[in-house]
Amino acid sequence: MKINFTHHQSAHCENGVISNLMKHHGYQVSEPLAFGIGSGLLFCHIPFLMVNHAPAFTYRALPGIIFKRFAKRVGIKIKREKFNNPQKAKAVLDENLKNNTPVGLQVGVYHLVYFPDEYRFHFNAHNLVVYGKENNTYLISDPVMENVTTLTDKQLEKVRFAKGAFAPKGHIYYPVDFPKELDIEKAIVKGIKHTCKDMLAPIPVLGVKGIRYTAKLIRKWPKKKGTKKANHYLGQIVRMQEEIGTGGGGFRYIFAAFLQESSKILNKPELSDLSKEMTTIGDLWRDFAVDASRIYKNRSAKEDAYNQVALQLEAIADKEEVFFKKLKKAIK
Amino acid sequence: MKKDEVPQDKSNLESANFKELCYAVDENGEYTTVNSSGWDPKTIALNKAIEEIKLRVEDAKQRVLNHQTSPIEYYMEYHKMDLPILASYVGMWKWRVKRHFKPQVFQKLSDKTLQKYADVFEISIQQLKNIQLHEN
Repeated sequence: MKINFTHHQSAHCENGVISNLMKHHGYQVSEPLAFGIGSGLLFCHIPFLMVNHAPAFTYRALPGIIFKRFAKRVGIKIKREKFNNPQKAKAVLDENLKNNTPVGLQVGVYHLVYFPDEYRFHFNAHNLVVYGKENNTYLISDPVMENVTTLTDKQLEKVRFAKGAFAPKGHIYYPVDFPKELDIEKAIVKGIKHTCKDMLAPIPVLGVKGIRYTAKLIRKWPKKKGTKKANHYLGQIVRMQEEIGTGGGGFRYIFAAFLQESSKILNKPELSDLSKEMTTIGDLWRDFAVDASRIYKNRSAKEDAYNQVALQLEAIADKEEVFFKKLKKAIK
Repeated sequence: MKKDEVPQDKSNLESANFKELCYAVDENGEYTTVNSSGWDPKTIALNKAIEEIKLRVEDAKQRVLNHQTSPIEYYMEYHKMDLPILASYVGMWKWRVKRHFKPQVFQKLSDKTLQKYADVFEISIQQLKNIQLHEN
């Protein structure tokens, strides 16, 4: 069976699944809108967690939470299930496909066969849509891919039951109830307010403060950890910022696109100006990535180079602090 | 980022023949999406990370051959895992897995335990015991 589902490529998997599922049910929700309403934008240094033998940084909200907030704010209901038993997980999936419901799945990337080898890390918060089944092959719409693809039932079971941090446990989700009309305007305001709150939070590792904290760490790394580790850590920051899924500049460009779209929906021209400002901040993040890459490209970097990129981060933090204060005022 | 500034560098995406989506501004200042084949700063970061893993695998291999660690550590590194991830896959405590890194302890493991590791690494018990049989 094959559900009549249209695949649209997106930058990030979770927004893409939301946007594609909503479009399937007849609601035109773009990826930036899903991202902004779900308050996806963030910066956080996750303390104590090591990923690929380096500290963990994120430019977005925790996996799953964007969709959760989005649903609550626009008034749709989502059904979610997790499983201990792979057979049960498969049965529920098949049942939904039989009922003509495309579903979202959380999966691990390491065993995802259609990804290039180099991208297959133990990262468990990837999302995709299953929109059909032919014999033992599932039809897959992975939002970050240009085209649809397939997985056999064995391959799908493997990625649904990947282990480690954020293990998906067969996590399946799909919208079940829609309001007559989505309350987009209110949802946008709520989404923006929440993002401002997160980015200006008085927590040392979060938001603007988190960026400054990271700058401090970068200054310390070469002395404390040695050049080799410092470079590896710096590479990790750039990868989290730019690797498939962020749309560039650590989600800052998607957020700018969201503000531009919101300015039209809410009829607030000041949001359009703020969108331009966010684009400039995104460019600064890109510059940071370029300069950081120069450091880890040639191993014999001077200590001053680390201070330079740390300075860049601090400048970004200052800009974002001013920006989110303005945004908070604009949305009041 | 402007539409015509979206980088089109060579990257590892090429092997899978796909391009990722970026957000950029067009001539009229409107946001739009553009496909990108890759960007050098992150390709370098990714390649460095892969190099790092290769070094770790090679290092583990040498230590297995010198009887300083058990093949489990080699296969763990080979599969880009760390201790918490491997422990979670085999369903054992971290300290137990770490103990199995000791060659003397590894020698005495039951077939049942070995099978658990073999299943996770998708190899036979023979391959688990002898890393020379593992095709790279």
